Amino acid sequence: MPAELVVDAHPLDPLLRADRLPHIWCPGCGLGPIMACYAQAILDSGIPRDNHVIVAGIGCTGRIPGYLNIDSFHTTHGRAIPFATGLKIGNPELEVTIISGDGDLFAIGGNHILHAARRNIDLNVICVNNFNYGMTGGQGGPTTPTGARTSTTPYGCFETPINMPWLAYALGAVLVARWSALHVRQLKNAISRAMEKQGFTFIEVLAPCPIGFGRPNDLGEGLDEMHLYQEECIVDHDVDLRQANIDLRQKQPIVLGNFVDIERPPFTTLPEQFRS
Amino acid sequence: MAIPGLRRPLDLDKFPVPRGQVYIIPSRCKGCNFCIEFCPEDVLVESPNLNAKGYHYPVVAEGKEDACVNCGFCRLICPEFSIYTEEIKSQEVSP
Amino acid sequence: MTSPTAQRVLTGTHFMVGDHAVAEGAMAAGVMFFAGYPITPSTETAERLARRMPEVGAHFIQMEDELASMCAILGASWAGVRSMTATSGPGFSLMMENIGLGMITETPCVVVNVQRGGPSTGLPTLTAQADIMQAKWGSHGDYEPIAYAPSSPQECFDFTIKAFNSADRYRVPTFVLGDEIVGHMSERVVIPDASQIPYVGRKRPVPGEQRLLYEADESLIPAMPFASDGYRVHVTGLTHDERGYPATLPEPHDRLVRRICDKIRIHADEIIEVEEWQLQDADIAVVSFGSTARTARHAVAAARQDGIKAGLLRLITLWPFAEKHIRALDKRAKAFVVAEVNLGQVVTQVERFTAKPVLRANHAGGRMMSPEPIMDAIREASHAS
Repeated sequence: MPAELVVDAHPLDPLLRADRLPHIWCPGCGLGPIMACYAQAILDSGIPRDNHVIVAGIGCTGRIPGYLNIDSFHTTHGRAIPFATGLKIGNPELEVTIISGDGDLFAIGGNHILHAARRNIDLNVICVNNFNYGMTGGQGGPTTPTGARTSTTPYGCFETPINMPWLAYALGAVLVARWSALHVRQLKNAISRAMEKQGFTFIEVLAPCPIGFGRPNDLGEGLDEMHLYQEECIVDHDVDLRQANIDLRQKQPIVLGNFVDIERPPFTTLPEQFRS
Repeated sequence: MAIPGLRRPLDLDKFPVPRGQVYIIPSRCKGCNFCIEFCPEDVLVESPNLNAKGYHYPVVAEGKEDACVNCGFCRLICPEFSIYTEEIKSQEVSP
Repeated sequence: MTSPTAQRVLTGTHFMVGDHAVAEGAMAAGVMFFAGYPITPSTETAERLARRMPEVGAHFIQMEDELASMCAILGASWAGVRSMTATSGPGFSLMMENIGLGMITETPCVVVNVQRGGPSTGLPTLTAQADIMQAKWGSHGDYEPIAYAPSSPQECFDFTIKAFNSADRYRVPTFVLGDEIVGHMSERVVIPDASQIPYVGRKRPVPGEQRLLYEADESLIPAMPFASDGYRVHVTGLTHDERGYPATLPEPHDRLVRRICDKIRIHADEIIEVEEWQLQDADIAVVSFGSTARTARHAVAAARQDGIKAGLLRLITLWPFAEKHIRALDKRAKAFVVAEVNLGQVVTQVERFTAKPVLRANHAGGRMMSPEPIMDAIREASHAS
């Protein structure tokens, strides 16, 4: 049997704008696997490909739409969610997924998460958490762990990062999960589940950022951060989400899992109920 | 392959271990080593050659030509869409 | 229970408040999505649409802020529907970044700004006309908006329909720049039969046509695919090439920005509308718009009674600016008076296109301009020239 065979196309290429590969992300960046999981979930979803729409904001994660061969929208910083709200309400047949970064969704875009989750707009939100603002050179952000160094936290971050799964749960998201770019199978399954569900779903994905976050924090290769996930992550679907914060100082385990899967009427069904 | 003390299921022969063929696109590889590191069967090593960007793309290690079980992990974990496997149907495999 | 108003077009004669007339104009134009945030003096438009839109299966959502509102109407437009928002100065400022997104992505939508005193929180409940330059330059970068200035509730109805048609035709966010006087006044509004409502839709791609998605013919207006049409469009706020892909280099950037500006400039003659009153033999051309034009008409009539040959050029479109009309008047009028409730915005555009004396009647806001300052300016202009 031959060893490896050299080819020039990948099975997921039809779902990608392969004419734009290689993408701009660094070697070892977690965005490639995350995009692969989303592409695979599109194929497995049973929803026609032309009904799938992806919306992103600004940042490295925000570049994902540019590489996917579906209707894709690269909007302004922090505003993927309201843009997607307009798309979904304008055409409820669309399967709308937002993949955006931790700063884009929770700093500048924080207000919009509050309301889309509260309203239970039928959106699949995937927040890629690389603990910094990577595209602009590795500044601190709302999820930078306490003590971590970034270009704007040169003495170590003294702020407390957001505990995203707990916040999403508190706002009433119907699905809350956290995985990592290493846990590709569980991530793909969680994305598939999010597409099945009606309502606001939220998946946090930890992703290596070797240049922006890794290098200042002694995790300078993508593989180093993947090893960190391998060593420090545990899976506990039933964890008390108040304990799901991430703290890299004390080597406390990072909890992954499918935390919440509930039912709430999605937003587009509500106006009729109240008018009758 | 018998492990002492481990009972062998009677119908084990009904569940053949899949075999996989590795496909690579060397020009896309950026040398992150995820596939090499996380392959459960340790099928891959860095090639001694470089691609045009200067990265050592993965190749099947010597002696590991039959080791791939088509788990599909490399297809998803590769950030560059530059490696995947396909199942080799059992009729094609010599016993 | 079928509501008597469960129809889009309320054909008939009404005594209606300007903000409500905007809402009814939008309904008649086929609006399917409204996203907005309460802000005086535009809130009545949102309130009316909150009630009216569900009656016809359209969607109303009150968003968490104006940034979200602007983004949501862009998204809905790409879903294929007519979308709008309504706001005032502070909200308009918040919308600016995403107005730019609408400009570079060539997304049709309507933004109604019922102007009030500014800057900042300013005079929340009282009129001004001080956002004219902001409508043109408020977002960063080069772009050409279209903006209409209604002077009456009837025009609130008519110009909202015009705005939807221009937005769709030219693929550009289009503004209706009202003011609190017009927005809060009640006057007769005649709504025609549904068949009489003009409708100009978006240019749509022809399946099988061999053209890139952002390639345009000599009209410079590309066809617009909608999400789920199957064109797998990529829409980005980054500067982009004809495929829609980011192209952050000087040549494609220059090509794109020039085209989106020229797209409006080459059609300026079709877009620009004015009303001329007593202007044929006028020595003094009074230029005004919105509620102030009502006062200006009175001042012109009073001047004529005093033997001064004054005339009114009422701007219906504020952007693109009526350059040719000013140049034409420059040849035959002796002087201009520009009356506006701000400290000099439209006047700077008039001054650009004439060498004749240009006088001003201004105040910063808070009440409808009274005729006296305009009449004084007309008299002064008459003596000076």
